[in-house]
Amino acid sequence: MIEVSRLWKSYGPVDALRGIDLKIEKGEFLTVFGPNGAGKSTLLKILSTIIRPTSGKVITDGIDISSANEDARRRIGVISHKAFLYGNLSAKENLLFFGRLYDVPDLEKRIEELLAEVGLAHRANDMVRTFSRGMLQRLTIARAIIHNPAIILLDEPYTGLDQHAARMLTNLLKKLHTEDKTIVMTTHDITNGLEISDRIVIQILGKIVFEDRSANQTVESFERVYFEKVGEGK
Amino acid sequence: MGHYLKKVFLIAAKDLRIEFRSKEKIYSMMLFSLLVMVIFNFAFEPGAEYIKDVAPGILWVAFIFAASLGLSRSFVLEKEEDCMQGLMLSPLDRSGIYLGKVIGNFIFTMMIELVSLPFFAIFFNLSLTAALPPLMIVIVLATFGFIAVGTLFSALSVGIRGGDMILPLLLFPMQVPVIISAVKSTGMIMAGSGIETYSQWLKLLIAFDIIFFMASFVIFEYLIEE
Repeated sequence: MIEVSRLWKSYGPVDALRGIDLKIEKGEFLTVFGPNGAGKSTLLKILSTIIRPTSGKVITDGIDISSANEDARRRIGVISHKAFLYGNLSAKENLLFFGRLYDVPDLEKRIEELLAEVGLAHRANDMVRTFSRGMLQRLTIARAIIHNPAIILLDEPYTGLDQHAARMLTNLLKKLHTEDKTIVMTTHDITNGLEISDRIVIQILGKIVFEDRSANQTVESFERVYFEKVGEGK
Repeated sequence: MGHYLKKVFLIAAKDLRIEFRSKEKIYSMMLFSLLVMVIFNFAFEPGAEYIKDVAPGILWVAFIFAASLGLSRSFVLEKEEDCMQGLMLSPLDRSGIYLGKVIGNFIFTMMIELVSLPFFAIFFNLSLTAALPPLMIVIVLATFGFIAVGTLFSALSVGIRGGDMILPLLLFPMQVPVIISAVKSTGMIMAGSGIETYSQWLKLLIAFDIIFFMASFVIFEYLIEE
């Protein structure tokens, strides 16, 4: 479970987060929608321990992530629109590198399984710089889950993907969701965001302004709410 | 501790593998180092008596500028596809990222310097055989000091527009003690002086290495955080 309380982040005079309170249950899939500049990426960066909050707390399964960063990081996998992969290493070499950083046991076997799962087994020894955007994103998923994290954080993972690659990503995320992983995703993609998540929130100007179960919303009804809230925030 | 060092060497090995595969840094550093020597070779008459006075300066101009060229690319590969964030997410203390980068940069720079050294002896018609053991000590100490601070500044400048230009501007004033100590002790070694004549310069190099390596090791975590 992730508990976020009164989370505040300032960059000089700019307040990116202004008192966020969130509770995400174990195994829940939460999607955070919001316009550019709403502070969604800042929220995920704090949840992933990349940056520290100005004030407030994040507790994941009883661990305060600001005081026990290294333990917390083992439980977190991050997927962003950036791959965090080295172009001049092969897919397998990249996974070996990150797997060793996380002390993954039986690593060769785990890599074989993951590459097969994301449909890249035939490209295992190819340099990552030769991959298409969709292939890169699939390898990013393999990199993010190589250490079997309990929490997966996704920052705009649909950015730059064509429809086929986006569908593939949705299916992979659905599969991860069935494995009881706690997932938090930020996206602008209302259709995919609604389809795969359990709960949705809208974040505007560093605050959560709307929260509902995904099942209660259709794409049309949520679009109406979203544009209404974004309009209010301006 | 062994666990920590294993991951540190993993980062260094990854950097070396990428650099040897792309060869961009090898070619640019090697070419630059040799080019400096060739240009000075045209400027000064080989075998002239004064060569022994100017040769240490030429050697360190070639080494320091080539190392600076390599340092400017050190964090570029971490910036592409935001790999730095991938490293920061791993369960490794962030000082380990710095240490891994320092080891990778140090090994790489030392290799370029060792390959350049025979060319230096040939271009300026110098016999370095007898001077080689003490000269190696100076090269190792000065290169480590340069890389320890340079790696920190490379991380700092990579996110800045015009970082390639800013890196030497930040780095060279800081490196004055290293450059002076290296040039002075190299000159004395080439002149055949005993260790007692340049031991003060060696002590300065050792003190610089320890102080600035420790300071960079501690500061790095705060520097890379947004």
